[in-house]
Amino acid sequence: MNLDTLVQRADIWRGGGSPSENITGISTGLSQLDALLPGGGWPRGALTEILIPDEGVGELSLVMPALARLSCASRWLAWVAPPHIPYAPALVSAGVDLSRVMVVRPRSGADGLWAVEQTLRAGTCGAVLAWLTTADTGVMRRLQLAAETGNSWGVLFRPQRMAGQASPAALRLKLEPTSRGLAVHVLKRRGGWATGPIYIEKDHALAGSAFPPSAARGVQSGHGFQ
Amino acid sequence: MPLRAACALAENLTLYPRDDVLEQEALKQIAAWSTQFTSLVSLSFPQAVLLEVGGSLSMFGSADKLLNEIRDGLGELGYQVMVAIAPTPLAALWLARADRVEIVEQTALLASMLGDLPLSHLRLGEKQLRSLEGMGLQFLADLVRLPRDGLTRRLGKDLVLLLDRALGRAPDPQKPYVPPHRFRSRLLLPAEADNVEALLFAMRRMLAELGGMLLGCGGGVQELSIQLIHRDEQADRDEKDVTHIDLKLSALSRDPEHLVVVLRERLERVTLEAPVIEIGMAADTILPLASHPRDLFAGKGEGEQDWQSLLERLRARLGEEAVHGLRQVAEHRPERAWNSAAVGDSGRNTRTPVFATRPLWLLDEPVPLVTNDEGRPRFHGSLQLDPDRERIESGWWDGDDVARDYFVARNTRGLRLWVYRELRDQRRWYLHGIFG
Repeated sequence: MNLDTLVQRADIWRGGGSPSENITGISTGLSQLDALLPGGGWPRGALTEILIPDEGVGELSLVMPALARLSCASRWLAWVAPPHIPYAPALVSAGVDLSRVMVVRPRSGADGLWAVEQTLRAGTCGAVLAWLTTADTGVMRRLQLAAETGNSWGVLFRPQRMAGQASPAALRLKLEPTSRGLAVHVLKRRGGWATGPIYIEKDHALAGSAFPPSAARGVQSGHGFQ
Repeated sequence: MPLRAACALAENLTLYPRDDVLEQEALKQIAAWSTQFTSLVSLSFPQAVLLEVGGSLSMFGSADKLLNEIRDGLGELGYQVMVAIAPTPLAALWLARADRVEIVEQTALLASMLGDLPLSHLRLGEKQLRSLEGMGLQFLADLVRLPRDGLTRRLGKDLVLLLDRALGRAPDPQKPYVPPHRFRSRLLLPAEADNVEALLFAMRRMLAELGGMLLGCGGGVQELSIQLIHRDEQADRDEKDVTHIDLKLSALSRDPEHLVVVLRERLERVTLEAPVIEIGMAADTILPLASHPRDLFAGKGEGEQDWQSLLERLRARLGEEAVHGLRQVAEHRPERAWNSAAVGDSGRNTRTPVFATRPLWLLDEPVPLVTNDEGRPRFHGSLQLDPDRERIESGWWDGDDVARDYFVARNTRGLRLWVYRELRDQRRWYLHGIFG
């Protein structure tokens, strides 16, 4: 048996290679980050967990290029239980089509989980961003299933202390502000190991920069960060 | 079985008086529901509904399929029905009563198909029936075989005309029933219901009824009012406890499944004071809903429907105001430069300025910041301000004027913040946004 026939077998897993070339992710707009992610971007039909030490370290700017692209492709963006007001002028200048934005403000944690599951499962939302106060592993598994069903990109923003909790999310990132810029650690990804941080320059100006929506539509990977 | 005999057999028999009015109402509701199959529906009291389906057969493929659909549909509404299809209304009625042969498609076959029907199925007058029996006639075939003129002389014109109409030799026009352009339905529950599932089970029926009627008149509803009538805890009161539920949809709908889903979320928020014994449902405004329910191309525009249905589910459970969209407003005061909007409406037509530096998060209220000894603002550590400032002075015309210098600041934990300094009074510092 030679190597070629061996790697053809379905039960052989090759470490390091990208296992699912046919699945394309949603480009993050950052070529360094795209290179780390299976499918070259944020995973569709799965959960992404973003662990942060404080609200506002740069987690929104990180997902903003992908959100802009989804909204311009007429996919809905659901914001469930955001901690503050998603500020419309900034969203517009980041290239988001506001007519595709839906903000959901549940009154309790349980309602919040329910709303996230519904929006993920419905299949009409391109991305569901959620700020959940409580979510144990069982709940996360439900949400992951819902995201698979609805082929939706679910993004959960959670405090850093959740890093120790087992998670069924397809992608887990940990963000950390450093003197070199925002460090993005990949804690978990499909078909690969956890990997060391990449640094996003401190003054990356995507979220605050003034380029009109029409220009944002044409943003290529890596624009504004290099 | 006589009442006495029944009571003797079953000791704990509960007796309900038969309610003619309710029966007639039920018949009318069945007729309204049936308008989805044909435009010509007529009532045949006391217990039959006639549908002219000649024009609808090709749409449903075959008489068999149509019959099944009607029978299953009425079964879902909770009725046990006997159905038949025949070329004349009377023949269909008699066949249904006999509950034997269900489909006769050719007029020529009628005489032979109807031949073995007992004469009692014709619902003739008592006297007429007795005299026919006296003549030794039992089945319809016996009657048909007799010479017409003799029959007319002995039993009158009416009986002959009846036979002619049944066999398709004489026209038999029916008076069409036009259902009222609103929906009212009441359902007495066979058992007290105290949970959502039991209530939904009953309501599913009523919604199917509504759906059929809406399909018939090409309409949809946007508002549905529901009354849950509770068991009377104190029997001496006249007034019963009623829980009112008003269901508002974001778009017209006539799909029972969709209504059930929305209703489920709504009911889960309702606390029942006492078990429910009766449900009332009403839709007063029925508006034309342009779509093609039985279209070949069902599935077109499905995404939009899914979206509406998601929106309604969220609103039903979380409340109307819990789901909204965002809009940019042409306004320089940052707290007024946005507004919540109806989902999907971003007011794109208005020209809005694109600002250089705006944070992704705006705080609900600006947070006053403490300052250190040198007068520098602090927020989780002292803040380092970018040299650029943006002065916003606006709003003197509505009394809510602001005069502020905005800065981008960074704290020791790596957060980029949007802070401002009042240009008046105490010249205090505030945190207004986070760049996120």
